Formats: sequence, C-alpha cells, structure tokens
Amino acid sequence: MDKSKREHRDYYHSLTRNMLLTVIIVSFTPMILVGGIILYQFQASYHEKVHAHLEELVQKHKQNIDSFLQEKLGDIRFLADNFTFEELRDETCLTDKLESLQKEFGLVFVDLGVISENGIQIAYAGPFKLGKALYSQADWFQKAMKSKYFISDVFLGLRGLPHFIVAVRDDWMGEKWILRATIDFVAFNSLVENIRIGETGFAFILNKEGKFQTKPLLDIVTTRKPYIDFLSDRNTTKDEIHVVERTAASGHKNIYVAASLKNGDWLLVYQQRASDAFSDFRRTLRVALIIMLLGGLGIITMAFILSKRMVNRIARADREKQMMNKQVVETGKLASVGELAAGIAHEINNPVAIMVEEAGWIEDILEDEEFQESENLNEFTRALEQIRTQGRRCKEITHKLLHFARKTDSRIQEVQINDLIEELVELSSQKAKYSNVTINTVLQKELPPLQVSETEVQQVFLNLINNALDAMEKKGGVIDVTTLMEGDHIAVQVADNGPGIPEANLARIFDPFFTTKPVGKGTGLGLSICYGIIKKMGGEIDVHSVMGVGTTFRVLIPLPKQDESQEESVEETDTN
Amino acid sequence: MPLANVLLVDDEVPFVETMTKRLTKRDLRITSAFNGQEALDKLEEDRSVEVVILDVKMPGMDGNETLREIKRRYPLVEVIMLTGHATVESGIEGMKMGAFDYLMKPCEMDQLISKVKEAAAKKRQHEDKIIEARMKEITSRRA
Repeated sequence: MDKSKREHRDYYHSLTRNMLLTVIIVSFTPMILVGGIILYQFQASYHEKVHAHLEELVQKHKQNIDSFLQEKLGDIRFLADNFTFEELRDETCLTDKLESLQKEFGLVFVDLGVISENGIQIAYAGPFKLGKALYSQADWFQKAMKSKYFISDVFLGLRGLPHFIVAVRDDWMGEKWILRATIDFVAFNSLVENIRIGETGFAFILNKEGKFQTKPLLDIVTTRKPYIDFLSDRNTTKDEIHVVERTAASGHKNIYVAASLKNGDWLLVYQQRASDAFSDFRRTLRVALIIMLLGGLGIITMAFILSKRMVNRIARADREKQMMNKQVVETGKLASVGELAAGIAHEINNPVAIMVEEAGWIEDILEDEEFQESENLNEFTRALEQIRTQGRRCKEITHKLLHFARKTDSRIQEVQINDLIEELVELSSQKAKYSNVTINTVLQKELPPLQVSETEVQQVFLNLINNALDAMEKKGGVIDVTTLMEGDHIAVQVADNGPGIPEANLARIFDPFFTTKPVGKGTGLGLSICYGIIKKMGGEIDVHSVMGVGTTFRVLIPLPKQDESQEESVEETDTN
Repeated sequence: MPLANVLLVDDEVPFVETMTKRLTKRDLRITSAFNGQEALDKLEEDRSVEVVILDVKMPGMDGNETLREIKRRYPLVEVIMLTGHATVESGIEGMKMGAFDYLMKPCEMDQLISKVKEAAAKKRQHEDKIIEARMKEITSRRA
C-alpha cells in the first residue's frame, strides 16, 4: 500500500517536473532565440551607426583642421606674394601686417618673422623679443628651406612655449627668404579640444613620431597600439578613416577613430570608451535583460503553479476514475453474482424438493406397523425431521436469492417518500419498542414525488431500519431518519448510534451472503438487495460508520426527469 | 375408491416417482406424465382424472401452455400448479387462466393433499351440478 502510494507520488512528481520543464523550455527557447537575434542585429547596426557617426565627426574635423591649416598657410602666402622682401623686412610694416591679420582672424597669429637664407631672423613682429634670432640649426628651418610651403610640428622653440610655424619660402634677388608665422597653440588646440562626446570621448593630434600636437584630455602612451598601427600605415590610407576597437591597458575597451591630416604628417585621433559610446545600447540591453528576467520569473512561477494545479487535477481525476472503476467492478460483481445466484437457486430447488419428498417417503414407510417396533424409530424420525427442516431452510435461501436476482416488474408509480417513511417507521415501532430504540424522523416538507416502485423502496428502507434495530438490539439507542432535497436527488439518511461497522466489513457490506449475524439468522442478502434496487433506480447508496459512534446509510434517489414532472404538475393542477 | 384421480406432471422423474408413492399411500390414484404433451395424451386415455398437479417449469411445452390446453379440452378438470420461487407470477397467471390454485415447490404433503381434495370436491360438485341440471332438463321435458 505504502509502496504504491510512493510510486503514485513519484509519478505525479515526475509529471509535474515534465510539465514544468516543457512549459519552460517551450516558452524560453523562442524568447531567448528571438531576443538574442534581435539584440545581436541591433548591436551590430548600432555599432555601425556609432562608427559611422564617429567617422563622420572625425572626417568633419579633419576637414576643419586641414582647412584651418590651409587657410593660415594661404594668409601667409598672400602676405609673401603681395609684399616684397623689401617691404616685409621693415619691422613696422611687419607689425602692421600682424595687426591686420590679428584684426581679421583674432589672436591665432602670434607673431610674424622674416628669415634670411642663412637662418637669421631679419625682421620680427610679435610679443617676444626674437629679433635677430638664429634659426639655421632649427629643424623646421631646414625643412622649410626645402619646400615652398611648410607647416611645422608643434615644438617649444626659443620662446619655450608650444607652438607651430607656418612658413612660406620666396626668392628675392636670387636669395631665398622665409616668411613665417607662429600659430597660437591654444587657438589650434581648441579645434580638437572641442571634439567632446559623452564622458570619455576626446580627440588629439599626433605627428609622425607619435608626439602630441595638441593637448590630450587624458594621459596616453602613444607608443602603444593602436597608435603605432595608425602611424605606421598612414601613408597607404591617406584619406581613409580608421575605426578600431581595442582593449586598452587600463582594461577598458576603447573605440579609436583615426584620420590623417596635413598630407599624412599628422594624425587626428579620436578615442572614446566603448561603454560610453554605446551607453544607449547598454541601457536598452539592460532594460531588455530586466524585462526578460522578470518575464522569465513570471513564466517559471506560472509554469510551476499551473503544472502543480494541473497535476493535482489529474490526480483527482485519477482518484475519481479509480473509485468509479471500483464501483463499476462492484456493480458488475453484484450483477454477475446475482445471475449466478438465480441460476443456482433454480437448479437447487428441484433436487431439494426431491430430497425432501424422499425423506417424506421414508417417513411414510416408517408409519407402517413393522417399523413401529424398531428401537431406532425415534432416531429415524428425528433425522427425517432434520432433513425436512434443512430443506425448508434451503427453500428460504433460494427464495431470497431469487427475489434478489429476478427482475421485478413492480409497477412504477408516484411515491411520496415522506409518507412511505412514516408508514415504515410506524411498522417498525413495535420492534423498536422491544429493542428500547427510539426512531426520530426529520422530514423536509413538500418534497416532490418520486417515480419509483413503492414496494421496492419500502423494502430498501425497511431493510435499513431493521438492520439498525438489529445493531442496537442489546443496548437500545436512537435512529434518525432524515429526508431532504439534494440537487435533483432526494437524499434519505438512516442513522443509528449503535456500535458501528468495523472498517474491514464496510467494504463487503453490500456483497451478497456477507453477514455478521449468527448462522441461520441472516442470509446476508438484505443490503445487496437494497444495493441492487437503488442502483436499478439510478440512485446511490453509501455507508459511513465510526466504531462506537454509529452508522449512517445514505440513499440518493433521482427525481423524475424535468419534462415529465412538469406534465404531471399540469395534470395535478387540472384535477385540482 | 381412492380419494381422487390425479395426474402428476413434472419433468423431474425422481420427483414424480417419489410423489407417486407418497400420494398413492395417501389413497390417491396417481397417473404420471413427464411433459405437457404426455399429460394431454394421458388425459385423453383416462377420462377419470379429476385433478392435474402440473409443474410450471418444464422443457418443451411448459406448464402454462399445458394448462391452457387442458382447460380448453377438459374444462372441468381442476389443475393445481407447482411453481418454483422465480415462477410465482406464472402460478398467479395460471390461476387467471383457470387453475384451481398454486403451490410452491417443495410443498408440504398435508397442504398438497388438502388442495387435491378441495379440487376434486369442486370438480365433483361441478359434475354433480351438471348432471343435476341435465336430469332436471330431462325430467322437465318429460313433464
């Protein structure tokens, strides 16, 4: 019993588990797949978008810076082209020109200078006292002498401040001279300093050697990747813009965008932390993940609750089925037993009759005079009498058996259950008095009439009342007979406060021939007859018993179908 | 003279044999038959039969059919039905068709004897009445 219970529990547990897993897998798989695919696609396109945006930004600034440099160079070229060496070597004129440039472009031009072929600054206009300075050894001077136009890298120079030089070389009377202008580092720096996106995005310019041409926002070691890569292959990709994502030494993933400036001499680098650049995406991802998590939790909870509930329902249905099966088996058993009993009763009846007659014949013969003297005559007579008695007992048993088994064609008629019960109680009152039993009735008034065989119903309730009386024969007690409506059934209860029925007997109580009464007192057919009658009516009969407290038999008899009862009520009102 | 002339009809041979002995011992004259048709034949042969003890449940022609035939051919012959418990209704049915009474098998000998006597008496009474009536008719005709 315990083992099968445990198996049952295991079975339902595994059923719950399977349902739970199925629901979870079926709902999670598409969710994760769809979510993953969408997120992946979204991430890819968002990356592309961010990259494109940054590329465009850098491209724009590259153009800005390039045109700034070209412009400055153009300004100086203009000066060099339109004024002669003679005019420009005059410092007052040069100062004049510087002032007009500064008026035009602001304080971008710090100073102007004219330098002769041998590197001596012939004329100077500006805030520093750099007149007659010697530049012949300066890197920028040597380069400037080689090409007509030159823009230097940023350097400290003589003045000790970061600046760079725009120089134009010209010829005068066969001698080369150079007009140079210093561009204010601060003004130039602001060009890239303003490229700020998010919290970590900033730009800076490097020269070929990887030296800073502008002041970076953060300290950066330019000898590392990816700067080296940018610097090394800048020639091959002059006009292209490179976008690289790389994990920096600090452990953060950065986006690097690089573009060459000044015909590849300089490199404009923009860098931003990936987490910063993709912050929107990250936020979306976070929200999506939270939703997914909550949804997943919801699904798991629901799956858990639903499968639990479902399995409970299945378990209940199984239990009901089992009970129904048991009842069906019970009914079938009773039916087949009944048929068998009827057959046996028929077959036994004739042999018993013959036996009794043969015994009678011996009795007849014994009456003859010659046997009257026999000393065993009394024994013979006693034995024959016994045979006759037992024959009668057989007759009674077969009688009841046949009654139990046969299909009664008792007429179906309208029966008022309350009247019937009262009649039966009246009938039993004499016997009840001897047993010191009180019979109480609690009858619900105005119960609808039943369409049943009156004699059968009488038999059922008389059996139940008699059983209760028998049970309480020794001590006396109370029998409560109750009638009430229960849905489309009338329920009749016969409850006693007798000794009760042991658990072991309860299951067999409706079986034919099951009796606890002494041999010869009960046939064990009463309750199985009741069972047969009630089942035939489409009703129910069940029993509840507690040892020492009492036994309650409950009979449910179905009411006639609605339309029939309606017709009857019409007839009734007609006759009334 | 025996108490009554009886025809005993039952398909159970030992039953018929024993009953024959017992009833004979009680001053009845018994003729026996083991099925319905045989019963009719015996009645045809022996017109002195007054009472038929007829088992309801027999193979072939059953008790009720036999009864109907007996009553049709020999209306004055009285019939006592022997029934099993399952065939009480047939006994009642038989009485509706003119049977004198029915008894449940196995039956008490005394009861059976008294029934047979009553039946025989009734038959004789009927016969007497008929004879009386005929006599009356004849005498009145003469007169």
